[in-house]
This record gives sequence, C-alpha cells and structure tokens, in this order.
Amino acid sequence: MESIQAWFADLAADFRLNFIDGAMWKWLVQGLRNTLVITLFALLLGVVLGVVVAAVRSSYDKNREAMALHKGFGYYLFTFINGICKLYLTVIRGTPVMVQLLIMYFIIFASSRNDILIATIAFGINSGAYVAEILRGGIMSIDNGQFEAGRSLGFNYVRTMIYIIIPQVFKSVLPTLCNEFIVLLKETSIAGYVGVMDLTKAGDLIRGRTFSAFMPLIAVALIYLVLVVVLTALVGVLERSLRKNER
Amino acid sequence: MKKLIAVLMALCMLVSAVCLFASCDKKDENTLVMATNAAFPPYEYKDGDKIVGIDAEIAAAIADKLGMKLEIVDVDFGAVLTGVAEGKYDMGMAGITVTDKRKESMDFSNTYATGIQVIIVNDGSPIATLDDLWNFDENGDPVSLKNPDIKIGVQQDTTGDIYSSSAIKDWGFNDLNEDESIKTDRVIRYKTGAEAVAALKSGKVDCVIIDNEPAKSFVAANEGIHILAGDNEYAVEDYAICVDKGNTELLDKINKALDELKADGTIDGIINKYIPKDGGAQ
Repeated sequence: MESIQAWFADLAADFRLNFIDGAMWKWLVQGLRNTLVITLFALLLGVVLGVVVAAVRSSYDKNREAMALHKGFGYYLFTFINGICKLYLTVIRGTPVMVQLLIMYFIIFASSRNDILIATIAFGINSGAYVAEILRGGIMSIDNGQFEAGRSLGFNYVRTMIYIIIPQVFKSVLPTLCNEFIVLLKETSIAGYVGVMDLTKAGDLIRGRTFSAFMPLIAVALIYLVLVVVLTALVGVLERSLRKNER
Repeated sequence: MKKLIAVLMALCMLVSAVCLFASCDKKDENTLVMATNAAFPPYEYKDGDKIVGIDAEIAAAIADKLGMKLEIVDVDFGAVLTGVAEGKYDMGMAGITVTDKRKESMDFSNTYATGIQVIIVNDGSPIATLDDLWNFDENGDPVSLKNPDIKIGVQQDTTGDIYSSSAIKDWGFNDLNEDESIKTDRVIRYKTGAEAVAALKSGKVDCVIIDNEPAKSFVAANEGIHILAGDNEYAVEDYAICVDKGNTELLDKINKALDELKADGTIDGIINKYIPKDGGAQ
C-alpha cells in the first residue's frame, strides 16, 4: 500500500517538475494552438486543392474520348492542365513530407519569416494530393449509369456532377477523408524541425529542460489521442446524419 | 479453432524472437557508451562516417585509461541530456555546459574545457555591437532585447537556447530569465547549430547565439556572416562530461582518468590540435 502511495507521490512530483515548475504547461498550450492552426488551415488548403485536382483529373478521364473526336484548342488545354495535375500528384506523393517541408522552408520561402504560414502551406499542398486521389477514386467509383441517367434527364455534365454524383461521392469517401485528416494532424508533428513550436516540439522542449522523458511524451501522446478521438467522433456524427435518407 | 491456436502460437514465436533480438543488444559491461551530437565542430563533428573532434578524442583517451571499448552514439543534443539522465547512455559528452538545473538531474565530471556564448550575425546587419542587441543592467548583464522584433536562432536545449528563452523563468542561468520582454516566439530553436546558421543566412533569424568555437567553425565555412565583437564574458561556461545521477563509480573513474590526461598534457594536446592557439582558445 505504501509503495503505491510512494509511486503516486513520485508521479505527482514528476508532474510538477514537468508542467507546473516554470509554467512549462504554457509551452504545451502554445504548441497545441499552433498544431491546431496549422492542421486546420492545411486541411482547408488541402481540400480546395484536392477538389480542383480531382475535378480536372476525373473530368478529363471521363470526357477524353468524346473530346478526342474533334481535337480543338480546348482539348489540348485540358490535356495540358491534366498533365500539370498529374505532375503535382507524382512529385508530392513521391517525396517525403519532411523533405517538402525543408524545401519550402529553406528554398522556396527562404526569405519569409512567418514559419507557421510556411508549414501550413507545405502541409496543405501535401494533403491536397492525397485528398485529390481520394475524391477521384470516389467519383470514378460511381456507376456510369448515374451519369447517363443525369444526362438523359437533361442535366449537362457539370449539373450532373453537382446534383447527382458529388452527393454520393461525398458519402462514400468520408471515412477515407477522415483518415487523411487524422494523418495530416499527426504529420504536423514534424513542423518542429523548422523551428515551429508545435505540440511535439513543446514536449521536446520540456524534455530538454527537465531531462525526464516520461511525462512530456505521454502528455503529448494523450493530447494527440484526444484530438483524433474528437475528430473521429465529429466525422461519425456527420456520417450518421448523411445516412438518414437511406432508411 | 485449430487454426486460431496455430496463429496464436506463430505470434508467440514471433514475439519471443523479437525479444531475443532486443536482448541481444543489451549493454556490454566493457563498453563505454558516449552520447553526443556530432554537429558541434570542433568538439564533435562527422568526418566521413567517423565522429571526430575534441570530445571524441578525449573520450577515446578516457576509455583507453579505463580499459573499456568506446561506443559513440550520435543523437540530438536534447536527447544526449535526457538519455544520460534516464540511464540510456553511460555518459554524455557534447560540449555540455555545467548548469545548476542540469546538476539536479545528472552528475558532472571535472571541467575539461570552457566556452563562451557568442552572437553570429549577417554582414551588414543592423546589429553591429552587443548594445544593438541587448539592454544591459548596471552590472553589465544583458536583461532584455533592444528591438522586440528581433528573432534569435539557437540550437535547441543548448545554453544559448536556455539563455534566450526568458519567458520561461528560473533556469538557474542568469538574470536574463527574469525578464519577460523576450517572448518564447522570439527564439527559434533548430536541431543543429548548422541549421540555425542556414536560417540566419536566409534572413529567417537576425542572429544566432551559440558557443564560440562552433561559431568560429560556422563562420569559417560560410561567407557573409561574422561573430559580433565585444565582451561576452558574462556567459563563460564550463564544459564537462555528464553521467547518470548517482553513478559515482563511473564518475570517479572518469575524473581520475581526466586528471591523469590533464597532467600528462594529453588534453591540451588534443585541444590545441583542433583549436590553434592564435585562434584564441578560451
């Protein structure tokens, strides 16, 4: 019994050393804020990029044969844009996000001093590539009969997409998108390598000051876990409400 | 059911095999594991795939005296300190400054070298003297930043970092920590000094605070930066070897070896080899 008490006393002392003394919990708060800011805006940027790229890629794939019949200026322009999108996907998915972040920080935005913005852009561009392929997969998985039905009802291609295809796509890709967002949230933990004070870096700093590994690492792990659990729960609610019309 | 049992048994075998491999890697009694951060010339740096420098050579001499085999592990500077305090490595030797705060978690050997903190800036920087950077108090100690927009680059967890990070108070370093005017976001922490210098050169930070000998190496290797002239004596530091708190047996052996190496001139020889006398070794 006494040993358990001693253990708890040790734990409490460890907790004080790592978070209370010197107000080091403030670092965790600051890190959490930066992690959330980077994740949120990278997510928005990623979704915007992903939607645009997925729209280009899937429209091209679906309409290429029809357009190839009379090769006008539009056909070549579309092929060119599609090529750029493919290049984007290849480069982003073919290189580690850590390397992309370092390139952004030390080469592309070498003269910028807004580190959080640089990290947000780097993660957003990275995430966009994955979101694009998730969405394209969703669009291509919808049966062609749905397109034909839309077209025979008098909708043009864009309207068919908006009113018939996209609602179905959204529902089917939601779990995969949620997965991508979770990955994004955790990936931001490498932002510390370019001096950004994110949650992982905050834990790292505390560890470097108190020389004890347990408390800061476990605390940071728990915070990430709670964030992901909350995110998953929110997506779960959304999924359920989208499924209402299926009953 | 049979299948399930077979799968479970296979898993058990896998786990035990992994455990076996992990335990194979157990510490050898006759090996002295030294943790360092090999990005801190001339104290330790990589030459090809070998780690060389003052600390590496002194450590080799100590291991020789103790009749042990030296194994050098290259990790982040912060991980050197935590790893030693957690008992993961036998000793840490990475140009580590003795501070009161660190003494609470680890034991330090006798000093084998000293360093001071210096400031590196870009040529043509508005920071031309120390007075452009700091406000000093009546004792001549820096107490706050002249210009609150200044960003300082440091290597994470080094004394340069502790020294600059005054928003978090009382690291037992000096009065600078009492001042709130340097907020944490004025200090940008990089994993290595070289990265901090790269950030300085591209204008991401206005100055880099780091120990003088590595600073000289960085300035020699990079054009367009220089060390701020001026009296930095307020930050003289002792370098020492750290071991896990309470490991007096190893500490005594190290101290004895260090004293012998000092007496026979080995340490001076090693230091002079890496830091030429005219370079102004402190």
